[in-house]
Amino acid sequence: MGVEVSKSTFVLEFAPYKYDEKIIKTVSPRGMVEYHAKTVIFATGARERNWFEVNIVGYRPIGVYTAGQAQTMMDLYGVMPGKEIVIVGSGDVGLIMARRFALQGANVKAVIEILPYPGGLARNIQQCLIDFNIPLYLSHKVVKILGRSRVEGVLITQVDDKFNSIPGTEKIIDCDTVIVSVGLIPRVELLERAGAHMDPSTRSVVVNEYLETTLPGVFVAGNALVINDLVDYAAEQGERAATSAVEFIENDGLPSLDWKNVVKGRNIRLVVPQLISGENEVLFYGRVARPEENVYLTAPEINFKQYHIRVTPPHMLRFKIPRRYFNDLKGDKLTLMIEPK
Amino acid sequence: MEKIEKRKIICIICPVGCEIIVERSENGSLKVSGNRCKRGEEYAIQEVTNPLRTLITVVKVRGGHLPVVAVKTEKPIPKKLLMEAVRLLSEIEVEAPVRIGDVIVQDLLGTGVRVVATNNIFKKTSSN
Repeated sequence: MGVEVSKSTFVLEFAPYKYDEKIIKTVSPRGMVEYHAKTVIFATGARERNWFEVNIVGYRPIGVYTAGQAQTMMDLYGVMPGKEIVIVGSGDVGLIMARRFALQGANVKAVIEILPYPGGLARNIQQCLIDFNIPLYLSHKVVKILGRSRVEGVLITQVDDKFNSIPGTEKIIDCDTVIVSVGLIPRVELLERAGAHMDPSTRSVVVNEYLETTLPGVFVAGNALVINDLVDYAAEQGERAATSAVEFIENDGLPSLDWKNVVKGRNIRLVVPQLISGENEVLFYGRVARPEENVYLTAPEINFKQYHIRVTPPHMLRFKIPRRYFNDLKGDKLTLMIEPK
Repeated sequence: MEKIEKRKIICIICPVGCEIIVERSENGSLKVSGNRCKRGEEYAIQEVTNPLRTLITVVKVRGGHLPVVAVKTEKPIPKKLLMEAVRLLSEIEVEAPVRIGDVIVQDLLGTGVRVVATNNIFKKTSSN
């Protein structure tokens, strides 16, 4: 398609200089290059949350890795990080790593989850833990990594509903390796610095249904926008952002100017987009705060109602609200919520 | 076939993860409940008779830009063969280059299932 791909290139600075001119300063082995563009799409992905971000104390012994580091070692370089493994976090990534280690002959001694329910899908509890008799400790946390030069174990405790350790529940699990898999964080530091509005619930930027940030002509897609369950969702967001960018370039801006807030109602933890015009069909992505069964996903202002057998935090909600529903939208907000049937 | 009276199974076919109950009636036939689709019923019967799993692991590569290539079984294989299959695959070595989809093992442990590469490994050049 004749698109220039600049590899090994780091973006030093991003500035939304004018409504129709954005500046990107880069550095690469070819030197410093400055790009000027009408629109910019951020597809910068996410990074792993690290163990020093989840209040685990101890020294810095050899044998503590994020799930991604362990995956790189095993799947690209054929190196086993250790033999006796404890995994922190029960999201799908942590569960899949537990299986990966077990199949490769390691002894996976425990998966530790601070929440009272698993972070990953039920099928991964089955095929990654139950299949290999790996214990899952719910409502537990790792408070300390033991060992000075090499990991020798972890100190875990049970937690109360405020995630504080319950005295008397301390337990040591011997291990030589700790795998930390405690979630992903969108990489949008450049957008935040440039003044884009942030949404604390997605830890990313606020967007409208065009996937445009609050900086006109600046779009975001994929895990940089919201941590997706499926790569298909990331790809479809990329297409949406690209289509929107074309529309922005061809019309010197987007047709919608007035935005309504999408409000998180009962049991909605996050939703994207956070702003809608009410002039288009909208594809929403969302997550619930806690598991529930036999419920409706509703938008009361416009009489939208969708039945769900079960909603759980690890299972992303993806739903389309057709254009005609928004004819009834009178106020300046749209509330989304989960209601028991 | 495994001896069962009643077993609870979490379906792994799709992300919903139905809890399926399989019961043996007096005449020996299997009764499946709790599934929300036809695929769940097939899975549950398979799971209590001969459980199957897809295997994902790595195989050593000679002369490649990386020392191993990620592989998987093209179809699920019997669960009880998983560890034996990993042991077998840890002992073989293939020659670079390897392309995604290349067949690494034609018939894994007599299951008739092929093992295929899921990563590209280039031939190591003298400069690296």
